[in-house]
Amino acid sequence: MDEDLRREIIMDHYTNPVNKKVPDKKEDYQMVNTNNSSCIDNLDIYIKIKDNVIEDIYFDGEACAISTSSCSIMIHNLIGKTVKEAKEYVSNFKSMIDEQPYNEELLNEANAYNNIYKQNNRKHCAYLPYEGILKILDKF
Amino acid sequence: MYTKDFPMLNKEIIYLDNGATTLKPQVVIDKIVDYYSNYSANAHRGDYDISFKVDQEYEGAREKVRKFINAKEREEIIFTSGSTESLNMIANGFFKNFLDANDEILITTSEHASNVLPWFHLQNTIGSKVKYIPLDNNHYVTMDNVIKSVTSNTKVIALAGITNVIGDERPIKEICKFAHEHNIFVVMDASQYVPHRKTDVIDLDVDFMAFSGHKMCGPTGIGVLYGKKELLEELEPINLGGGMNESFDSPSEVYFKELPTRLEAGTPNIAGAIGLGAAIDYLTNIGMDKIYEYEMNLRKYAMEKLIKIPYLDILNIESDSGIISFNVEGIFSQDVAYYLNKYNICVRAGNHCAKNLKSEVGVKNSIRVSLYFYNTESEIDDLIELLSNKEKMRIEMI
Repeated sequence: MDEDLRREIIMDHYTNPVNKKVPDKKEDYQMVNTNNSSCIDNLDIYIKIKDNVIEDIYFDGEACAISTSSCSIMIHNLIGKTVKEAKEYVSNFKSMIDEQPYNEELLNEANAYNNIYKQNNRKHCAYLPYEGILKILDKF
Repeated sequence: MYTKDFPMLNKEIIYLDNGATTLKPQVVIDKIVDYYSNYSANAHRGDYDISFKVDQEYEGAREKVRKFINAKEREEIIFTSGSTESLNMIANGFFKNFLDANDEILITTSEHASNVLPWFHLQNTIGSKVKYIPLDNNHYVTMDNVIKSVTSNTKVIALAGITNVIGDERPIKEICKFAHEHNIFVVMDASQYVPHRKTDVIDLDVDFMAFSGHKMCGPTGIGVLYGKKELLEELEPINLGGGMNESFDSPSEVYFKELPTRLEAGTPNIAGAIGLGAAIDYLTNIGMDKIYEYEMNLRKYAMEKLIKIPYLDILNIESDSGIISFNVEGIFSQDVAYYLNKYNICVRAGNHCAKNLKSEVGVKNSIRVSLYFYNTESEIDDLIELLSNKEKMRIEMI
């Protein structure tokens, strides 16, 4: 992925993030907070799962451009997936961040973080939303 | 002028996070290496030459601290691991035994966590109430507001001498005078004060004071608890063990040593204390008045340029220290810090451990530039140049 495209994807999701608000019917969602102890990123993620399918995800909170855009892309990619597919997606993303082999096709726009490993202090920012959502997915 | 004294300043970095910790001059590093290389023995055991030397150096460091803050007696200087431990000892070793559920503790919303949580703990355990002195429009503590906040139940006023986000100086001397007329104790968190000011505990008349070595060119893991001797005599040791006991024949026959040893159980941080002594020599040699004046001039230099950048929201245009907190409109503080990091400029983004301050200043997080005497106008120029180009910032923040 070329640098301009990478930047465009990240900035686009940072400026206009997908579903960045507290859902109207909060009670239908499971909420998880995810925060970074070494910086100030702090996100609440709301997820609605029915019959093992992720129907909807929202998020809210304060976080840097990398965390916010990463959460937005994650949400975009996960809505409609089964829990099993979602876990596979998360595990692929983790592999990419950790410079391990991964399936590029599964990640689409999330490939924008494929060189984030070069900035050690930002790896965790990109992975933060995933860390949060796993806490819920792992219950299934 | 002092760049050559600091090995860290030969590394092409611009270090503007002195509120978090300061860099160490070579003389401090050498002093620590000298201890570990040439007389690495325990303290208070003068049975052989190098151990005697340790005692001399360790107690010598205590004397340096005493003189540096103008305490009356060496017994009033307790070495701790830092301000946090000092404040916890004050709250749990003294006030926990002294206060009851009707008593009130006055703090402010701009205190560092270390001067909030120990008092919250007292509220949660013995029921004493933590109350807040309101701040004025510039987030300052005024005598008027102190007087208005005091009730007949107030027993402690615990304040930072200088705060770590706003950098305002509190009228500690006036507060002590008023407090003592009303039988109230004053605890001063001097973490951001002692490294930047000539400190005189007799003139201020504080009852207890806490500060850390690493924020004043000293090593990490060493700090000081100062207390008036008659109060320290009443401070119950939290740590019991080696070095601090006189004898212990049975549980009912435990006798402790005198101050200050009684409050320094276990092998102390000898290298830390000796290193702090060297840092005090270094600072004294420059002169604390000169350090203060230099920092204030450098702050003025920076502020005159910063206020011209229209999209900066500066939290403390007025301040009494080298601390400048601000936000860039539309860019998250962490992203600004990452952007500056690409140019090897170290600043802090976040809430700076003052989580209660958000209700006061209306923002949760900010970028903090905190200066020390080794920072220069040229470093400020580099910072200003990078902050002056918002488009570049937006492009390079990710």
